[in-house]
Amino acid sequence: MSEKQKLNLNRVSMPKQKPEARVHNFSEVALGYTQEQAREEASRCIQCKNPKCMEGCPVGIDIPGFIKAIAEDDLPRAARILKDKNSLPGICGRVCPQETQCEMTCVLAKKGSPIAIGRLERYVADWEQSHPKAIEQRKENVKPSSKKVAVIGSGPAGLTCAADLAKLGHEVTIMEALHVTGGVLTYGIPEFRLPKEIVRREVNYVASLGVKIKLDNVIGKISTVDELLQNGYDAVFLAPGAGAPMFLNIPGENLSGVYSANEFLTRTNLMKAYLFPQYDTPIQVGQRVAVFGGGNVAMDASRCALRLGAKEVYIIYRRSEVEMPARAEERENAKEEGVIFKLLSNPKRFIGNEQGRVTSVELYEMELGEPDESGRRRPIPRPGSEFIMDIDIAIPALGTKPNPIIPSSTAGLELTKWGTVKTDEATGRTSKARVWCGGDMATGSATVISAMGAARRAANDIHAFLTSREG
Amino acid sequence: MYQILAREDLSTGIHLFRIKAPEVARKARPGQFVIVRNGEEGERIPLTIADWNTEEGSVTIVFMEVGTTSKKLARLKTGDYLTNFVGPLGQPTEIEKFGTVVCVAGGFAIATIVPIARAMKKAGNKVISIMGFRTKDLVFWEDRLGSVSDDLIITTDDGSYKRKGLVTEPLKELLQDGGVNRVIAIGPTIMMKFCSLTSKPFGIKTIVSLNPIMVDGTGMCGCCRVIVGNETKFACVDGPDFDGHEVDWDLLINRQRTYLKEEKQSLELWEKSISS
Ligand SMILES: Cc1cc2nc3c(=O)[nH]c(=O)nc-3n(C[C@H](O)[C@H](O)[C@H](O)COP(=O)(O)OP(=O)(O)OC[C@H]3O[C@@H](n4cnc5c(N)ncnc54)[C@H](O)[C@@H]3O)c2cc1C
Ligand SMILES: Cc1cc2nc3c(=O)[nH]c(=O)nc-3n(C[C@H](O)[C@H](O)[C@H](O)COP(=O)(O)OP(=O)(O)OC[C@H]3O[C@@H](n4cnc5c(N)ncnc54)[C@H](O)[C@@H]3O)c2cc1C
Ligand code: SF4
Ligand code: SF4
Ligand code: FES
Repeated sequence: MSEKQKLNLNRVSMPKQKPEARVHNFSEVALGYTQEQAREEASRCIQCKNPKCMEGCPVGIDIPGFIKAIAEDDLPRAARILKDKNSLPGICGRVCPQETQCEMTCVLAKKGSPIAIGRLERYVADWEQSHPKAIEQRKENVKPSSKKVAVIGSGPAGLTCAADLAKLGHEVTIMEALHVTGGVLTYGIPEFRLPKEIVRREVNYVASLGVKIKLDNVIGKISTVDELLQNGYDAVFLAPGAGAPMFLNIPGENLSGVYSANEFLTRTNLMKAYLFPQYDTPIQVGQRVAVFGGGNVAMDASRCALRLGAKEVYIIYRRSEVEMPARAEERENAKEEGVIFKLLSNPKRFIGNEQGRVTSVELYEMELGEPDESGRRRPIPRPGSEFIMDIDIAIPALGTKPNPIIPSSTAGLELTKWGTVKTDEATGRTSKARVWCGGDMATGSATVISAMGAARRAANDIHAFLTSREG
Repeated sequence: MYQILAREDLSTGIHLFRIKAPEVARKARPGQFVIVRNGEEGERIPLTIADWNTEEGSVTIVFMEVGTTSKKLARLKTGDYLTNFVGPLGQPTEIEKFGTVVCVAGGFAIATIVPIARAMKKAGNKVISIMGFRTKDLVFWEDRLGSVSDDLIITTDDGSYKRKGLVTEPLKELLQDGGVNRVIAIGPTIMMKFCSLTSKPFGIKTIVSLNPIMVDGTGMCGCCRVIVGNETKFACVDGPDFDGHEVDWDLLINRQRTYLKEEKQSLELWEKSISS
């Protein structure tokens, strides 16, 4: 039999909640594989000698290894292999953009049918959750190093760095500004894509490694980075993300009813405004909602708006669908649920009533010109194409930038012109001695897995430093 | 969890909590605030730091009952716990030797202006304070504010105590007499707006402490945006203190009213639940 004939190119699809049902609830959309489905998908992996998939995983999971264990029904082994390199498998299996990571480099991708690595990872993580005693908590024989590290922020970067350093024997404390851990995983990505219970349990795993977590701690306010270094911490890892929302800077943007995507998602996910008035934090959605932008954040905001009861939800994007940065899967999910894509349109101003509430938006039609620096065709307003659209709520979802609290309170921390912290990519070192940085604060908004990869590299370098003579 | 070391009722619907929060106490400065959350279903609300004690490791807040969250807080007793207590947030009030400083406060802000008046006096200023109340029964901390001021003027809307009228009237007279170098006005938005309008013709810089609706209080949501000098600012990181002559007051007032309907619904539901 030739190699070609042996290949099974039938990727096993994952069951999802039906669109008609899921727009009325916040429960998870994707339902996960059954054991049969997982085994079948795992059996498609040809166990490459030189597994290309691993080159696409920033945290270096032994992908053929855990997949083989699934195919052999040895789920405890699969779970151990995952946890060896990834403390947050249930999260990554759900939100990694696998099509541009491990699944892009899988050899079967060339045939249009890469192994569904993310779905398998998620399957194992969920199995482990329902079999809590299945894998022994291997308390590795690490000698306490008596070195103390402060990790600022409990998003994916902070959690990964903390877990790695704790496994190496260092005493790690995470300081988190909010009242819950998880960063964007908790306040940004909605429940129906990433249940908070999963974030909670993976954070608990990190804590079980001996990591201390201090909530309600805004570093730069309650303590500065320098104070931490003076008061007994040997190293500081900065992972505060890039959480400050950007706006369109057009007239009317401060009217009531105009929410940044961050505010809309924070009220919904972190503060559980979808359960108002049982929960105290309110949110407004009205009948017609316009979300501005074409990224994952825009998809999340629009899908939340539908679930909160909006009748018509528009995504207004100034280019065409091919230029949209959002993942194809999320675009599909949004469309299936009834989100209306209004492409090649851009807002000029928001219009309000006497009470200062937004009532409509004036839009231009756009056309695409020559490619710009990003390689995408530049949108240009078509003269005289302005028209008015009535809306109840507007949600600019334009991305975020670094928060100034840490940079402005930390002397000697060099920044880039985008306000991110200048960081050596290979080691996470910053311009300031004993301070490392990783995740969105170093790169600007990126992905969960890239933040984790950077955190892992920084943890290695911090460990090398702490165990060297200087440390 | 953050323990309430002591509770005091200052006047009708205005309460003081001294909260155990040693790390916040260590860094607190006049004009900063905290975000408080009470219970797992609670919302995050900002309250000004009214005082702090590094030895006891405590921070004092003073709040007025207005809606669900503040009324729920008002049911807590000494020894109870707040779920979350985050701070100190925002920029401290600018304290310098300006010369003569007039501190104007209304309602709960009488308490929050005390540390500012005290710091201004310590910096070598002559401090003249004006406190305004609706009526005599609501007067509190006359002695406290008095003890950190060179001069204290009290007004009541109905004239039931001291001078009848609004705080803007004595403010205007002081400005007319001359010699005032700075005004600080803290209290209800409408009061801060009118203090700013009063001092504007005199060109005396007037600092106000803005109170837009907030969620995180750390610059992450943009809910607290205000327009000052034609620029959008986030009150929680850039403020809460701003130059009152530059503030877009109508925008602030409109944004504060965003959730009136939901607030009413929430309060009715809660009141029903506690009466049953
Ligand atoms: C709505 C939305 C959807 C997304 N969807 C995806 C997706 O599907 N897949 C994907 O890969 N990526 C996605 N991303 C991007 C991804 O979430 C981020 O790239 C990632 O979370 C960055 O991780 P981080 O650890 O650097 O920062 P964050 O996750 O932002 O965490 C930073 C943490 O630090 C805390 N913090 C900030 N300042 C301080 C301070 N001064 N002191 C103490 N703590 C502080 C914050 O409160 C926060 O908890 C999405 C982002 C958003 C906003
Ligand atoms: C920086 C700052 C400092 C403050 N300091 C004090 C203080 O020291 N003492 C005090 O009594 N009050 C203070 N406030 C106001 C206080 O936060 C509100 O009174 C409180 O949030 C009302 O909540 P509620 O649920 O009781 O009332 P609700 O019925 O929910 O609201 C009543 C009104 O309060 C305002 N409000 C509601 N939610 C919020 C919120 N999350 N953030 C801000 N305002 C809100 C709205 O304008 C609303 O119409 C401060 C506000 C800010 C921004
Ligand atoms: S962590 Fe992400 S990139 Fe790595 S194997 Fe899992 S899904 Fe792929
Ligand atoms: S590249 Fe694809 S087929 Fe090869 S080992 Fe990795 S997942 Fe399996
Ligand atoms: S309260 Fe969220 S940015 Fe100020």
